[in-house]
Amino acid sequence: MVFEYAPAPESSAVVDIRASYGLFIDGEFVDGHGEPFKSINPADESVLADVARADESDVDRAVKAARTAYDTVWGPMPGRERAKYLYRIARLVQERSRELAVLESIDNGKPIRESRDVDVPLVAAWFFYYAGWADKLAHAGFGPDPRPVGVAGQVIPWNFPLLMLAWKIAPALACGNTVVLKPAETTPLTALLFADICRQADLPPGVVNIVTGAGDTGRALVAHDGIDKVAFTGSTEVGREIARVLAGTGRRLTLELGGKAANIVYEDAALDQAVEGIVNGIFFNQGHVCCAGSRLLVQESVAEEVLERLKARMATLRVGDPLDKNTDIGAINSAEQLAKIRELSAAGEAEGATAWSPPCELPARGFWFAPTVFTDVAQSHRIAREEIFGPVLSVLTFRTPDEAVTKANNTPYGLSAGIWTEKGAQILWTAQRLRAGVVWANTFNKFDPAAPFGGYKESGFGREGGRHGLEGYLSV
Amino acid sequence: MSDRMPERLAVRKTYKLFIGGAFPRSESGRSYVVTDAKGRFTANASQASRKDARDAVAATRKAFPGWSGRTPYNRGQILYRIAEMLEGRRDQFVGELRRAGASKGDAADEVDAAVDRWVWYAGWADKLAAVTGAANPVSGPYFNFSAPEPTGVVAVLAPDSPLLGLVSVVAPVIVSGNTCVVVASEPAPLPSITLAEVLATSDLPGGVVNVLTGRRAEIAPWLASHMDVNALDLTGAAAEDVRALESDAAGNLKRVFRGAETGWTADPGTARMTAFLETKTVWHPMGV
Amino acid sequence: MSTTIRFVRTARFGDAGEVSTETLNGAAELRAFLRGLPGVDRVGAEERAARLASRSIKTTAKAEAIDLAISMVDLTTLEGADTPGKVRALCAKAARPDPSDGTVPKVAAVCVYSDLVDVAVRALAGTGIGVASVATSFPSGRAPLEAKLADTRAAVAAGAAEIDMVIDRGAFLAGDLGKVFDEITAVKEACGTAHLKVILETGELATLDNVRRASWLAMRAGADFIKTSTGKVSPAATLPVTLVMLEAVRDYRAATGRQVGVKPAGGIRTTKDAVRYLVLVNETAGPDWLTPEWFRLGASSLLNDLLMQRRKLSTGVYSGPDYFTLD
Repeated sequence: MVFEYAPAPESSAVVDIRASYGLFIDGEFVDGHGEPFKSINPADESVLADVARADESDVDRAVKAARTAYDTVWGPMPGRERAKYLYRIARLVQERSRELAVLESIDNGKPIRESRDVDVPLVAAWFFYYAGWADKLAHAGFGPDPRPVGVAGQVIPWNFPLLMLAWKIAPALACGNTVVLKPAETTPLTALLFADICRQADLPPGVVNIVTGAGDTGRALVAHDGIDKVAFTGSTEVGREIARVLAGTGRRLTLELGGKAANIVYEDAALDQAVEGIVNGIFFNQGHVCCAGSRLLVQESVAEEVLERLKARMATLRVGDPLDKNTDIGAINSAEQLAKIRELSAAGEAEGATAWSPPCELPARGFWFAPTVFTDVAQSHRIAREEIFGPVLSVLTFRTPDEAVTKANNTPYGLSAGIWTEKGAQILWTAQRLRAGVVWANTFNKFDPAAPFGGYKESGFGREGGRHGLEGYLSV
Repeated sequence: MSDRMPERLAVRKTYKLFIGGAFPRSESGRSYVVTDAKGRFTANASQASRKDARDAVAATRKAFPGWSGRTPYNRGQILYRIAEMLEGRRDQFVGELRRAGASKGDAADEVDAAVDRWVWYAGWADKLAAVTGAANPVSGPYFNFSAPEPTGVVAVLAPDSPLLGLVSVVAPVIVSGNTCVVVASEPAPLPSITLAEVLATSDLPGGVVNVLTGRRAEIAPWLASHMDVNALDLTGAAAEDVRALESDAAGNLKRVFRGAETGWTADPGTARMTAFLETKTVWHPMGV
Repeated sequence: MSTTIRFVRTARFGDAGEVSTETLNGAAELRAFLRGLPGVDRVGAEERAARLASRSIKTTAKAEAIDLAISMVDLTTLEGADTPGKVRALCAKAARPDPSDGTVPKVAAVCVYSDLVDVAVRALAGTGIGVASVATSFPSGRAPLEAKLADTRAAVAAGAAEIDMVIDRGAFLAGDLGKVFDEITAVKEACGTAHLKVILETGELATLDNVRRASWLAMRAGADFIKTSTGKVSPAATLPVTLVMLEAVRDYRAATGRQVGVKPAGGIRTTKDAVRYLVLVNETAGPDWLTPEWFRLGASSLLNDLLMQRRKLSTGVYSGPDYFTLD
């Protein structure tokens, strides 16, 4: 029989989206001096809210507020007190988890299952984890009395809006820094809700400042003289630009940039779990994941079997309403991103690769792209080299472990990689040779505040998570 | 001019470059005059060109898989071997430093300190992972660890401290498995080539350390912008060049380290090692 | 050592779908074949099962799922204290689970010990509900093969339409796969036209790799169904174990063309549990298995919870246990 799942929408009544949002500076919501912009719901293109745009003067005001808070309150505060603020924030995130998850799905387009089960729990975990470091920094291996850097300017992407905020703010505050954070233009709403959480936590004004806007706002922030440290997550192109802006300034910089991860499936892999790993690797969060396993490298001897299983599995993916609890793949975040995915997919077909998607009905309004797998892909094709940042998988084959490693490393990126084999020695041999900052063996796309994350080569530098994640926010 | 024939005419050394374990002249055929403290001619040093830099990067890259694939214990032994070889040539280096202007006592102290520095770093080879790595207690049924790995090819602009400064910037780069191109002190390049002779006889594989002498300002931009260089140590860069070099380095997002050029006798700490390390985190499920 | 076993031909080795009696010098080959199956990573399998368990089945889908689940129940009583009276009561429940509501479907089968098969057959006469009998020295399986076969033959002679046998877990764990295989084929022969369900007792096989291998072994020996558990060992049915078995029947059909059913049994007590199993079937083996012919739920107390949830959907108010019969 056909077992149709009835719509199971998560109620959006739990969130109260205001008509317009200001900047969060010095503990208050204030108007920006730029032309406000609209945040839209990518699932139906409806306007969610008008959001203030910070210009240089607004950024300056935010940086000054952060500096004052750093000098007068947060810098001098004992670590154990900072810790308690962060614990408070972690608890508030847990208490308001439903609201945060729903708002994230509405603003970003990601399935509620992911925002509910992955993003928001990790946000709470991140604050909980770094809260514990705040009064233990002397034991972190960075000397007996490590000092904060000062004011951090942080620019985050739209793929995990709240989680990236947590990755940035939690360690910065734990180490005694104050921050000015710029969320992505298309996904500012959960950061502004987070500002309300800061207020509920009675966080001293100016410790966290949130300036919304687009590229200009980001440029004004990273170039501001009053910033001591810049942390950026986003594209390699913008990362390069920021590195150039900071050249010679002596300001600290950490970058978490793009990737084109190889997911290597050896012939002796646990195939059903490997297929799950491939699916999770590329279709998690619509493939809007810097560490996505976007290049499947499968041993030729099992390529056909793996592809058959993969396609059957892809046919069960449910694409649609992000708020439906059964949705596996939500909306593409923006029209701009959708255009980019389409352009690269078209290039894939033009270059001779073969695209396949399961039959799936896409909603008429909003930004959608069916999960797609490309076969007959050559290492030289654009879809095998460029980051697509969408639900598009390129499949290549290899014959020997050496060839797998060589192909995996043959990219300017080096963020993540996957290995699937039941042979332990082969896992360790392969993991050792992959030039990537995160290697998932027999799993993929796992994140934890205790585990350092970050790239090799053009995927950026610095680590987020774990003890290593403190280093970027301490004068060491 | 002496009015009589010397008893024996000294055999001088031709100072060349050190690339891939060999001592070639600059492909450009150029050299420049190195003088002693009183401005007298000491030797002609090779004046490396951008093509020499390119060749050196290629040799450095070629050496990387082998050197980084050695066991840390083996790398530590080789660094210790360098200390042994340097100690054996103590008098030669004292002489060379004196010709560059150091007093007898200072020259001897600097050579001693340079030997001791190799010994210090040799011992780090098999301890870095213990100090900078971690077993990560993640919230789930996964074995998770982070281990340091060498960044890759490092371009080093050495400071003007001709021996101790040079050793202090090269040893921390290679101890973890990086390979490097080092641009020697411009005014005092000769000890770098003599040190290369030590390296060449210390079981250090060819290409792990490559030494260029010449004009820093000419060579450095080619290294800073080279897309197959992973990291850049600007210790010996002129302050006015830093901005441009860092900007060049952004082309492929090199890791840039800008250490202070003072206090070579102080405890070196770990910063120069950790600056050229990547952290790799590996996850694996635990289950039956 | 040359155990000679009979071998189900698969597409890998011969014609699709034939259950042949081709004889191979086979224990070694069987062992090699089972060891050559892809491994199962427990953490990954559990994660997949947990994720499917988070599917939200509401409103019309839930109503359909409840009726489907009721129609898949093998209503079971397997107690030492079972009596003809107890079995007759259960049969009445099976035929009319909710006497106050005629739209409730009947269950798939009633499952009893072999000595009570005749009681059940008489009680169910004319209902269209089959009688399943556990056999082969259930639940331990620790008896001579002749005793197991006698048990089976007696149940079939008494009218059992389905036989739920247990495999020899001791032999399986000792690596004597040929013995396990031979016993299944012998019991299959003793079944005649009765359907054979092979209980793997996955709680004793311990690893998911063993579950996969035992599934293939049973299918190749001729099982019509593979079943997780006796209900007498903990853990009994679990979602990850059932996931692996569903993957096995899916792959087996792809390789041979022959479809084999799956029956999780033991520990399935709530509607939520049952719906999770249906989702698992739907998204693993696929809709072809979503009928009582190919999927069963071995349970006893589950039925009343299904009825209670069903009434909540039809009346809009939560019901209570006093409104459903305890049989």
